[in-house]
Amino acid sequence: MTTPEPDFQTDRAALAGRLKMILPAHCLLVDDEDLRPYECDGLTAFRQLPLAVCLPESEAQVIDVLRTCHQLGVPVVARGAGTGLSGGAMPHAQGVVLSLARFNKILRVDRKARLAVVQPGVRNLAVSEAAAPFGLYYAPDPSSQIACTLGGNVAENSGGVHCLKYGLTVHNVLRIRVVSIEGEVFEIGSEAPDAPGYDLLALMIGSEGMLGVVTEVTVKLVPKPELAQVVMASFDDVARAGDAVADIIAAGIIPAGLEMMDKAATAAVEPFVKAGYDLRAAAILLCEADGTPEEVAEEIGRVTEVLRAAGARELRVSQSEAERLRFWAGRKAAFPAVGRITPDYYCMDGTIPRKRLAEMLSAIADMEHKYGLRCANVFHAGDGNLHPLIMYDAAKPSEWRWAEAFGAEILEMSVALGGSITGEHGVGIEKINQMCVQYKTPEIEAFHRIKFAFDDKGLLNPGKAVPSLHRCAEYGRMHVHHGDLKFPELERF
Amino acid sequence: MNLDDLAGRIRAAHDSHTPLRIRGAGSKDFYGGMLAGEVLDVAEYRGIVAYEPTELYITARCGTPLADIEAELAEEGQMLAFEPPQFDGAGVDSAGATLGGCVATGLAGPRRQQAGGVRDFMLGAKLIDGTGQVLDFGGQVMKNVAGYDVSRLLAGSLGTLGVLAEVTLKVLPKPVAEQTLLFAMDEAEAVARLNEWGGQPLPISASFWHDGQLWLRLSGARAAVDKAVARLGGSPAVNAAKHWISVREQTHPAFAASVLWRLALPSAATSPGLDGLRAIEWGGGQRWYAGEAGDAVRGAAARLGGHAVLYRAPESLRCLEGPFAPLSPALLALHRRLKKSFDPRGILNPGRLYAEF
Repeated sequence: MTTPEPDFQTDRAALAGRLKMILPAHCLLVDDEDLRPYECDGLTAFRQLPLAVCLPESEAQVIDVLRTCHQLGVPVVARGAGTGLSGGAMPHAQGVVLSLARFNKILRVDRKARLAVVQPGVRNLAVSEAAAPFGLYYAPDPSSQIACTLGGNVAENSGGVHCLKYGLTVHNVLRIRVVSIEGEVFEIGSEAPDAPGYDLLALMIGSEGMLGVVTEVTVKLVPKPELAQVVMASFDDVARAGDAVADIIAAGIIPAGLEMMDKAATAAVEPFVKAGYDLRAAAILLCEADGTPEEVAEEIGRVTEVLRAAGARELRVSQSEAERLRFWAGRKAAFPAVGRITPDYYCMDGTIPRKRLAEMLSAIADMEHKYGLRCANVFHAGDGNLHPLIMYDAAKPSEWRWAEAFGAEILEMSVALGGSITGEHGVGIEKINQMCVQYKTPEIEAFHRIKFAFDDKGLLNPGKAVPSLHRCAEYGRMHVHHGDLKFPELERF
Repeated sequence: MNLDDLAGRIRAAHDSHTPLRIRGAGSKDFYGGMLAGEVLDVAEYRGIVAYEPTELYITARCGTPLADIEAELAEEGQMLAFEPPQFDGAGVDSAGATLGGCVATGLAGPRRQQAGGVRDFMLGAKLIDGTGQVLDFGGQVMKNVAGYDVSRLLAGSLGTLGVLAEVTLKVLPKPVAEQTLLFAMDEAEAVARLNEWGGQPLPISASFWHDGQLWLRLSGARAAVDKAVARLGGSPAVNAAKHWISVREQTHPAFAASVLWRLALPSAATSPGLDGLRAIEWGGGQRWYAGEAGDAVRGAAARLGGHAVLYRAPESLRCLEGPFAPLSPALLALHRRLKKSFDPRGILNPGRLYAEF
């Protein structure tokens, strides 16, 4: 089942006519000027107008839209807040955008059972805010948490700065309600520790809207730690900072957060947020401990010792909640801060084994020369997830092409170093070619068979997340790596 | 035995439509549906392939005994945080559970309530599907969202999607301090207290209620454990380590029943009103019952939002009741399609999960 990318041809007027029969006027957009805000997600370099945007308000309407599209053979792209960074919610030219923005209610916060039942359009941070009166919160905290929605988090298996200790979305979602492309409703997972049958929850989370449309999410809430404190350490040498990360883990410590920024990143951030970063340092590390005050004191003591032994030139421990937030403010504002010093930036998301960090950063430094573009690096060091921010100017067409090539080289290097092309942003449309580098034909075929088990017409988010083998053959022809031609069994054209 | 031999066996079985029964140490032969097919012994495909303490992962072949893995991890002060049972001595020739069987059954032990289950620690898997094809999913890094998360799907799939030739698991440091407290209380109070404590920042890593007594294990930083001990009261348990092993290995008398049901329930669920309660674990999320009335047990669990597994029972009863709660027709159809996508001829562990495939 190699599923060549199907060639969809939609009769726009007929589609609009059918959608008008099932949705009230305020739930349907069909005019180009109304569709414009939906032409891209957070990855603005990729744009496409859809034929229509549906904004259903009930699950029954979602079912109707999906059934209609299934019947007409029209592609459907589900969308939350559109903050995704991989173009996963970029519309299909022959398709419909199914926005879950109006599914914005928190249905239940259960203090005793420590869980919340929410609609997919609820913002990530809103869940923690609703749980706060009970001393509870929702752990995954992607940096877009004020805007991104739970439905999108489920689609992308979002992480955040605290996922080393508290896990990703997949570790914190208990149950979802999903509507299939045929309009069938599934309850997947449960409020119990597990559910009968295959762990479909694990399969659905991170599936990038390829397998179904989520209409309800039940998440785990965890007790808010009494205290959190951050150690900020600066290093003269990036490799040394990388080793310090390994030393912390080797000491048996799993910090609540462990982040790194290189000199280019701190230089961009400091004038913007005045976090007090050491601007002479080649890299800074932020290491957070949380728990009871006694526990935090113990962990901060141990972390400080390890960092000093690892050669940190300067160490500061946050002395108040305000100071802790200030230390973090720089890290959390890293993307917008870089956005202030360059017209555009392109954010990558590779994951590597922590011990290969120095190698990766020195390769990136070489690539800066090669492509003539600057790059700032922020890094979820604890779990090996690197976010190089490639700076370019979209007004100069050649720069975007170089930025794209620069990014592709970083991702392919991530795979070569034993990592992955994406840690938390998803493949979407952006990394579709690099999927051909990370996986070989048999795995890609297996992904297509899984997709087929859920969506045999291939209507949900077509062209995203999993490349066709023809695309891989085409890409392989352009990029032969280490003399190792991928997909040799396919005809080249 | 090498990977090619193993894949070759499966390819041959696929070609000849021969059902295979995948077997590691056989320590969990009692679990799940019928054991049917020609035995595919994978115990010989063993050995730790890679262990990187500072990268927090271990990769090993399916036949590797869990005891070997735990011993290797212990040397670096690390552990499998989901605390899987080893069931050593469960069979005459059994060296104890293997990694493949541990992942295939998805059974976790007492620390599940704090750390998560097997699926939460799956980073990657080398799978041989039902056609004998070797597939690599996931990897060795903590965060990886490229492609569908097939590795986690495999936890608890009972070998029906493929042979788990090699598995990569996330590992964690062992807690610095551990202490167990004992409380005398009845079932209702135990469930209420466990849920109340669960909403507070306490380092509770395991709980076990049986016959009017609650065992509560605290694990973490020394200071956190000491503070929780002072706050919670109760009396310190002696021989606690031995006790938790008996819970993990299910050698504790609470598990001694010829027919044993495992109920997975929302932790705060009230009593299902069934006779034969033997034990409560995982903060109320896992409850054990002795007894035979399948419909009553399954119905009660479903009403409370959970499900019941006929965990240990004579084969005749397991065949009659089905080991696992039945799926809705739509979900069953989806399971069959998925099964078919990995094992088109249905040769791998047929009937071990559901009689239908």
